[in-house]
Amino acid sequence: MLELKGLSRHFGGVKAVDGLDLTVRQGEIVGLIGPNGSGKSTTVNVIAGLFPVTSGEVRFNNESLEGLPTHKRLQRGIARTFQNIRLFGQLSVWQNLWVAQNAPEDHARRGFIARWLGGQSGVRAEIAQLLEFSGLAHKQDELAANLAFGEQRRLELARALAAKPKLLLLDEPAAGMNSEEIGQLRDRILKLRAQGITILLIEHVMELVMGVTDRIAVLNFGQKIAEGRPAEIQADPLVRKAYLGGA
Amino acid sequence: MDFYYGLAQTVGIHTLLGLSAYIVLLTGQVTLAQAAFFAIGAYAAGMLTVLAGWHIVPALGASAMFGAATACAVGFPALRVKGLMLVVATLAFGEGVRLFFFNFDYQVAKGEIKVGPLGGEGFRQIRYFQEHGWSTGEVMLFVWVFVVLAMAALWWLDRSRYGAVLRAVGEDELAAQSVGVNLTAVKVSAMTVGGAVAGIGGGLYAHYTTHIEHANFNVLLATFAIAYPIVGGLKNVFGTLAAVIFVQAFLIEGLRFLGDWRNLLFGALIVAAMNLRPQGFLGGRRA
Repeated sequence: MLELKGLSRHFGGVKAVDGLDLTVRQGEIVGLIGPNGSGKSTTVNVIAGLFPVTSGEVRFNNESLEGLPTHKRLQRGIARTFQNIRLFGQLSVWQNLWVAQNAPEDHARRGFIARWLGGQSGVRAEIAQLLEFSGLAHKQDELAANLAFGEQRRLELARALAAKPKLLLLDEPAAGMNSEEIGQLRDRILKLRAQGITILLIEHVMELVMGVTDRIAVLNFGQKIAEGRPAEIQADPLVRKAYLGGA
Repeated sequence: MDFYYGLAQTVGIHTLLGLSAYIVLLTGQVTLAQAAFFAIGAYAAGMLTVLAGWHIVPALGASAMFGAATACAVGFPALRVKGLMLVVATLAFGEGVRLFFFNFDYQVAKGEIKVGPLGGEGFRQIRYFQEHGWSTGEVMLFVWVFVVLAMAALWWLDRSRYGAVLRAVGEDELAAQSVGVNLTAVKVSAMTVGGAVAGIGGGLYAHYTTHIEHANFNVLLATFAIAYPIVGGLKNVFGTLAAVIFVQAFLIEGLRFLGDWRNLLFGALIVAAMNLRPQGFLGGRRA
């Protein structure tokens, strides 16, 4: 589904991502781990189209995404969350999801005629479903800025889902969460997989990564140093040295 | 009574000017081009009623179209830059339009006199209301019909999904594009709507003053345009109206008795207002 071929992104002399090859297949949950500054977030930003590639290629469903702006990549089915939460703080929870309904079929049903034929009620039902999924139904009229931290993370995930993505890029979704919240997040991620959404998960919290992923790739200084099943990664001496340490 | 009618007209026209900047400010863009769209609307409507003999209503419709078309055309290149660069780019555009009208001659004979824009002399005798025997009260009502329509339209827009998208872009462009918002389309369309509103305001202004010239549409007017929504707050369209009343009725007319001291106090009171209500009179996100 997603193929990174020799992906490089340099910032001046800094090789944030350097020749990364990675394939994510339909329905998989792939983890991307590595020390801080190893290029994980840059990889997500390049896939989402915020930065152009320096060299190499991003292919999605066998099509190159070269030159495609971020909003068009979203319409192809690539949605994301941010490492540092970026909600629309002065919009309500409900409005945050409303604004994010940008799947091609949503644009079609927002036409004037479609709206009279019940497109609007479909929109509302979907938002209600997302609120239910993220446990925020009782907060729908609250300003996003007033939510607690964990609720903001949940809203950001729901907002990414509002565009009905096929591939979800999660950039450290568990950062700052306690272990109960991490457990809930794991359940949500597994539910999404059951719905057929493919996920690329960037995470430092090993409890989550090891528990949900099918496969893990490890980055260090912008290069992939290992790839394999969670158990293999945990046992890999190179990975232990670069990242996991004695853990 | 005429004084109050005149004041109400000024408030109405400046409200339209402020609203034209309001919708652009919602997307987080600071523009100094609104006076230029206002000028284009003023000259367009004046020429259509005086030179082409149009009725005022279609002439104002044309003003809106001219304002919108210019804003759309300017929006594409200008909105590629942000923040201070956009301020400078729109400022340059505004000055360019002003200088265009400074050099714009298009006079035709009407009876014994020649009418039409005459460069630095300006465009005199835009006397549609007088020629058709409208009273000051009627003109005031006419102006306010457009103000109320514009406020209602922008209120509705603001409450629609489009309004939420504008505010989302204003808050965080990166997040907005990441959830699928086409930033260019949103910014340019907001600019276009703003241009239409400014165009109508300009058209009304030309007929209300009967004499327009390039100097009316200078940087000061552009600054007022963005000052109204900022002072009033971006919570909703009434903030802009409240700010226009505060500035035009209180600071300019109400303090006229202070003579030269008024100008000093004018600036000080705006600074005080912004310090007391940094989010604007009605609150809402900071601009």
